[in-house]
Amino acid sequence: MALTGLDIFKLLPKTNCKKCGMPTCLAFAMALAQKRVKLDDCPDVSQEAKEKLAAAAAPPMRKVVFGSGDNQVQIGQETVMFRHEEKFYNPTVLAVTVSDKLTGDDLKKRIESVNSLQFERIGTKIGARAVAVINDSGSPDSFAQAAAAVKDAGDLALILVTQSPEAMAAALAKTKESIPLLASATPDTAEAMAQIAKENGCPLAAQAESIEALSDLTEKIEAQGVEDIVLNLVAPSLRDQLYNLSKMRALALKKVFRPLGYPTISFVTDDSADTQAASAISLICKYSGIVVLDTVEPYALLPMLTAVMNVFADPQKPVQVEPKVYPIGEPNENSPMMFTTNFSLTYYTVESDVEASRIPSYILVVDTEGTSVLTAYSGDKLNEKTVADAMTKHSVEDLVKHRKLIIPGYVAVMSGKLEEATNWEVMVGPRECSMLPKYLQEVWK
Amino acid sequence: MPVPKVAERFTGSVNRLTLGATKEDGGTRSATVTVGGARNVVYGGSAADTGEKPVIAMDVLDSKPEDWPDVLVEPYKDVLDSPGDWAKKCVEEFGAELICVKFDGIHPDKNDRDAAHAVKVTEEVLKAVGVPLVLWGCGNDEKDNEVMPKVSGAAKGEKCLIGTVTEDNYKSLTAIALADGHYLITHAPLDINIAKQVNILTSDMGFPLERIVTFQATGALGYGIEYAYSIQERQRLAALTGDKMMAMPVICDVGYESWRAKEAKLTDAPGWGDPADRGPMWEVATAICLLQAGVDIIRMRHPRAVATVKNFISQIWT
Repeated sequence: MALTGLDIFKLLPKTNCKKCGMPTCLAFAMALAQKRVKLDDCPDVSQEAKEKLAAAAAPPMRKVVFGSGDNQVQIGQETVMFRHEEKFYNPTVLAVTVSDKLTGDDLKKRIESVNSLQFERIGTKIGARAVAVINDSGSPDSFAQAAAAVKDAGDLALILVTQSPEAMAAALAKTKESIPLLASATPDTAEAMAQIAKENGCPLAAQAESIEALSDLTEKIEAQGVEDIVLNLVAPSLRDQLYNLSKMRALALKKVFRPLGYPTISFVTDDSADTQAASAISLICKYSGIVVLDTVEPYALLPMLTAVMNVFADPQKPVQVEPKVYPIGEPNENSPMMFTTNFSLTYYTVESDVEASRIPSYILVVDTEGTSVLTAYSGDKLNEKTVADAMTKHSVEDLVKHRKLIIPGYVAVMSGKLEEATNWEVMVGPRECSMLPKYLQEVWK
Repeated sequence: MPVPKVAERFTGSVNRLTLGATKEDGGTRSATVTVGGARNVVYGGSAADTGEKPVIAMDVLDSKPEDWPDVLVEPYKDVLDSPGDWAKKCVEEFGAELICVKFDGIHPDKNDRDAAHAVKVTEEVLKAVGVPLVLWGCGNDEKDNEVMPKVSGAAKGEKCLIGTVTEDNYKSLTAIALADGHYLITHAPLDINIAKQVNILTSDMGFPLERIVTFQATGALGYGIEYAYSIQERQRLAALTGDKMMAMPVICDVGYESWRAKEAKLTDAPGWGDPADRGPMWEVATAICLLQAGVDIIRMRHPRAVATVKNFISQIWT
């Protein structure tokens, strides 16, 4: 929580020595609260004041990074409860399990199927971003071998899941340069696990069964010198888990309660792929920094990853598609040509209805800075000039030999001017694009 | 360090309303459904603040759908021509808590069926099932104004949820829903200010706020769900902070929207998994996402998706 000028003033020497360039300590404190000056400008500030001010300036939820190189992921650093307040920063990392009971070809196959969970949406690559190696066997050797195999496959960040410090040390001996997340220390193993995490410079998950026990545990781990902590609160049910995640988020952000000022990890490893996906999506929306899954079904992963993308989208910035001509199906020189705006929601609705018509067509996307048809029209971002420019820029004349342009029904009013500006015949399409299939089938000839 | 208290309390709550009229209440429904009542955000406060559990309204179309993907047609293939049997199947086999009769077939650009047809369908469904009904027009203002008042009359006294009314077209349906004792769906195009405006307009006509359910429009997962999501969260917060014009329970249309998504219906996409799994999954994902923002009634289509979402709801709202 940000300190006020008066809070800061209480921590200053109050000598009004002017060495900082300000007339009084109070003026300096006010300037510092507004971040116009740096604390270092005061030569006489005490160590205690420095620590308190630094602590107050730290983000309410710590950023935690694990993995290395291209596989590095980061979680945490969130500042709000609701995405419309500002935005959610670090998208939830989806991790998939690999059991250390698997060996040989089975192990190899499992790792391959996890690594292959990669997709592309709106030109962005999305996919599973971590592998959680689970010490199901109880054996440190098997755990170390499985971890090494995952590391050698090399595609994703690594999470080592074991309750045994001995197994953790064994696996880490083979994988420490990958900077895995160590999951997890319990109240019983806190010291040993913190020691291992500190020696290897890895982040450590803290696992407990109540919010109180968990905050005691993170304090203990932090006191041992491990700063990068992930919260692993084990709850008896999904319901408890979700309520606890909301409560911990509120404690971290609204109360700036430091022992819980860390990102979280949740495990969804029972049940069918459908049920796992349902649970995972609730955890993605409501505050889990990492969700560990058991399923490798692409049909279940794709919607989860899309949910991450949507929930973490910046609400201030409309999602846009690239302005260009999109062929739908396999259009030819006689196919319909229509335009819409580059607001992704608008474009995808039109695209889906054109697809439904089964009539191959071209959609020209006009750059309207991510606004919808009516908004763009009233903001003068969609007019005969912007449409004509887009037609020239994207050479629509070369794509079709007819000269007929279908325009959204909502901007029928621009028909005349558009015909003058382009010399194309304007055909007014339906107002609602759900009517497009019928329009294309019956009106377009 | 002791853990501080963080429970946030609100003065307002989401309205609670009960759909369906049983015999004692002057109707013919065998059960009623109560929705709303939340006194906090989803997972906020204690479990006692969550209000009634969200319910699923399964879609039944008045006319056989022409454009449904095979995966969606399959569970209904023997009943698509008969709304009564279709509704019965939804209730008896798939556990629908509400039936939403969607009058697509009356749209002038679709089958252009008349009011007599719509009334017959309404009567058939009322007879076939005992759950409360949602009666939803086709979206063409003129045709809805001609047909939906007759539909309302055919279900008079059953305390159905009828809609939708918009900023530009609310008078006739609001008046008749008031006279016939129904609940009303006010509809806005993903715009929270318009949503409030429609509620003000209908309540100015004397329609009680406690009998309104809002429909903010729905975007499917991957197709604008983030807008719907944030509007629902903002509406819930407005209700909790005492805005009476925004305190209505919420309905969303997950079935129609998610089955429009490419990911749900495209058959030729091997990297995405079997369409038989993928379609229902997209519907599940859309519904689950919206449940996190706070919705009360979810319109859905595929029985497998309904089962998964019901299972989720039963885990959270106990």
